[in-house]
Amino acid sequence: MNIVYTDVLVIGGGLAGLRTAVGVKRRGHEAIVLSLIPAKRSHSAAAQGGMQASLGSSTMGEGDNEDVHFEDTVRGSDWGADQAVVRMFVNTAPKAVRELAAWGVPWSRVQQGERESIINAEKVTIREKAEAHGLITGRDFGGTKKWRTCYTSDGTGHSMLYALGDQAIAYAIPVIERQEALALIHDGQRCYGAIVRDLITGALTAYVAKATTIATGGYGRLYEVSTSAIICEGIGAALALETGVATLGNMEAVQFHPTAIIPAGILTTEGCRGDGGLLRDVDGYRFMPDYEPEKKELASRDVVSRRMTEHMRKGKGVKSRYGDHLWLDITVLGRAHIEKNLREVKEICEYFLGIDPATQWIPVRPTQHYTMGGVRTQHTGESPNLKGLYSCGEAACWDMHGFNRLGGNSVAETVVSGMIVSEFIADFCDSPDSELNLSTGLIREFYQRESAKLNTLLNSTGNEDAFALRRQMESIMMDKVGIFRTGPELQTAVDELQALLTRSRNIGLRCHASGANPELVAAYRIQKMLKVALTVAYGALARTESRGAHSREDYPQRDDQNWLKRTLASWKDENDTLPTLSYEDLDVMSMELPPGFRGYGVRNHIDHPDTERRQAEVEARRKEHSDRFSLQQALMPYEHLLPESCRGRNERLSEPLS
Amino acid sequence: MSTVNPTEAQQPPRTLKISILRHNPQDPASVPHMQTFTLEEAPAMTLFVALNDLREHQDPSLQFDFVCRAGICGSCAMVINGRPGLACRTLTHTLAPEITLAPLPFFELIGDLSVNTGKWMRSMSERLQTWIHSTDSVDIKRLEARMEPELAEAIYELERCIECGCCVAACGTAQMREDFVGAVGMNRIARFRLDPRDQRSDEAFYDLIGDDDGIFGCMSLLGCQDVCPKNLPLQSQIAFLRRKMVKVGLS
Ligand SMILES: Cc1cc2nc3c(=O)[nH]c(=O)nc-3n(C[C@H](O)[C@H](O)[C@H](O)COP(=O)(O)OP(=O)(O)OC[C@H]3O[C@@H](n4cnc5c(N)ncnc54)[C@H](O)[C@@H]3O)c2cc1C
Ligand code: SF4
Ligand code: SF4
Ligand code: FES
Repeated sequence: MNIVYTDVLVIGGGLAGLRTAVGVKRRGHEAIVLSLIPAKRSHSAAAQGGMQASLGSSTMGEGDNEDVHFEDTVRGSDWGADQAVVRMFVNTAPKAVRELAAWGVPWSRVQQGERESIINAEKVTIREKAEAHGLITGRDFGGTKKWRTCYTSDGTGHSMLYALGDQAIAYAIPVIERQEALALIHDGQRCYGAIVRDLITGALTAYVAKATTIATGGYGRLYEVSTSAIICEGIGAALALETGVATLGNMEAVQFHPTAIIPAGILTTEGCRGDGGLLRDVDGYRFMPDYEPEKKELASRDVVSRRMTEHMRKGKGVKSRYGDHLWLDITVLGRAHIEKNLREVKEICEYFLGIDPATQWIPVRPTQHYTMGGVRTQHTGESPNLKGLYSCGEAACWDMHGFNRLGGNSVAETVVSGMIVSEFIADFCDSPDSELNLSTGLIREFYQRESAKLNTLLNSTGNEDAFALRRQMESIMMDKVGIFRTGPELQTAVDELQALLTRSRNIGLRCHASGANPELVAAYRIQKMLKVALTVAYGALARTESRGAHSREDYPQRDDQNWLKRTLASWKDENDTLPTLSYEDLDVMSMELPPGFRGYGVRNHIDHPDTERRQAEVEARRKEHSDRFSLQQALMPYEHLLPESCRGRNERLSEPLS
Repeated sequence: MSTVNPTEAQQPPRTLKISILRHNPQDPASVPHMQTFTLEEAPAMTLFVALNDLREHQDPSLQFDFVCRAGICGSCAMVINGRPGLACRTLTHTLAPEITLAPLPFFELIGDLSVNTGKWMRSMSERLQTWIHSTDSVDIKRLEARMEPELAEAIYELERCIECGCCVAACGTAQMREDFVGAVGMNRIARFRLDPRDQRSDEAFYDLIGDDDGIFGCMSLLGCQDVCPKNLPLQSQIAFLRRKMVKVGLS
């Protein structure tokens, strides 16, 4: 039995995992990062659009601050978010951008003087102030009041990931590639690390650590068409779920992106619409203003995705052999703009479609894009159910996105949560509480269990094909747990997924190699993925309302009275075929921004009984405080929740620090 | 309005014959050999789609690496009809129906089309110390240091490398000198040299690449620039760096 000891085991080498590892290492703790693939190839590299932080330097970002970012995020979440966590996030995001700048991210900068831009398909002239020249600039992104999205041309995620990947190397943190965590080692109270499989040799290793962090990214690949990298399979969520004690939060909250190309499902950035790109139907007609007169193409993603689906259902889609689609028209932006600011989009069009987006329209349709749900954690990033287990990034439900995350808020979350959570992990490792008192017997038990599972699969005479089961799961999720949901369809999905789960216990392999074996990998992953898929489908079936990205046609209203709560899913017994659901209420009386109308989509919700009372309180406070900081403090104190290093105001041109 | 719809098949499908160099070093009985698969082409089919189809329906042991399948992560470099390139963004309709695929040379072979570029890139980064070296302490609560917009763009231009390894696979020097840092390494140095946040001097860079495993090993044949999927200006960067390093060497 191979055993490796360390202080902090980080499962996942994307932005969230790397920032966590760097954070604990800086505090003097040893960290090991595990990744399926070389860390710099993680899905985080795909984030083209940018990272939200309220720097407010550019003209279109003027007047921006934490308060505006906070409101945008909470509205975006359809009031599903934990508002204290959102506050922690918006206060740390500017610090995260500035830290990354010091680590070498070549953020695009403000150029003083006049420049042409396109807003709502109209040319406008923007004048940038001389005093802002050379500071980090921001672009527009759906669902935000100010231009707040920091970017590097259109390779933001790539630049961030390389900067962090290089920091991990600078800090001499081992990042062990081609490793897959298969199970967490735990005793029902405390997590002690993970059993890990080497994807090249097949060898198992037990990594034993004081703290274990799941930073494995999202579960988009449960769906047939997804913009995510193909490794975003929700294995991290399954690791937590299979402990039987850790819970997953809001798994039914799955976001669709309006503009992925068909058939490859590759995303064209929201920047396309932010910069003034238009959506057109089969007749070349720009339809979004009919549905969303104010925000048009720039309403939040869930709204745009649903409007597009609605429009295609009216027969206005373009027919193709891969199903219906619509057109994204960026020809209006002009070649110079496209070649400079949207180069990756241009490359995608050339390489995956063989078209030139400066003269031709791009075939797009809504595609699975982001998963808000994940391992439920407290504001510290720790699981409330399993001590020593932490999670951050897309893998976690921390919960700052609620039922819909805003574009640019998720790469921001990865680094911000890495900054915050690593401090709490380091505190934990500093405390006597973190001491490891486990018997090797426990490690051996988990090691042998995983080893036995793999051998069973390798020697199985079962007749189920792992790849076929996978395809079936993907199409069930796409067709029945997608953008629009109904009770009967969700019920069918749950039944079918349960049947697949049972069948997945009878997989037989054609390839019996114990080392590198893609079929074996597909087999053990599908068993895990089906459980995660069931948490999504079952959670969606139970939630009889529409909120954010969760849209029930049979329950179109947001129902704060009954559903202002977070879904928690756990998997009590290995032999179960359904997760166990429970709920956690959100407390209206402590909200800084009581539930209301989002400002886009349809005004259609049932109020929570406390909303009116809290609204009155908030308004009274507003009259008492003219200073935004003291008002905020009076409404919902949060700064004590942050680690010391993340506290404090952020400097802006308009708000200099003394 | 667009005239061609790329999602519609224009002609009857072709039959592809895909020959793959197979070898599994983990298996002592395995010997390198070519294996040919037959597959019906579909509209907008990439080598990503084709290879997965082969794995799922014809040979589940087939090894290859894809992550983003969108040409941005650098995982899927392989030799396609004799030329290093990214498989995921190669549309089969741009190739003749007989396609030959082999793993990138030079890197450690994991199996079939999968090679360990990650391991090599990490050791290159460790050797060349590809991170910002600065003694300034930065207060992240305050306004960031300013940078000229054009400079930020110029740095980003060089930062677009995705560590795919194509340039190294195409490089004559790399085939002869095991420790050669490759165009990818020299480009990384050029990127940090350009960045004012990195306080290293040319002398410090000389210590990293001022030898035959670095800038003076390069024969300027430019196989690298021809194959770089990100069209990085490797030629001009290497030439510029060489001039600077020669200067340090002479002084
Ligand atoms: C196309 C696209 C564009 C996007 N653009 C933007 C944008 O512009 N702005 C924005 O804010 N957000 C964007 N997002 C979302 C954002 O990119 C992700 O949410 C974010 O990068 C997730 O980072 P992460 O660190 O949590 O996980 P990832 O980057 O997905 O990293 C997960 C890591 O976990 C490892 N791993 C997984 N499972 C295991 C296991 N079992 N064992 C060991 N290791 C494992 C993987 O190897 C990987 O290293 C975009 C998403 C997509 C799909
Ligand atoms: S110019 Fe030639 S020798 Fe130099 S790095 Fe490029 S391919 Fe190698
Ligand atoms: S320089 Fe070009 S070819 Fe070489 S690793 Fe980078 S992207 Fe690939
Ligand atoms: S799979 Fe990422 S570049 Fe090809």
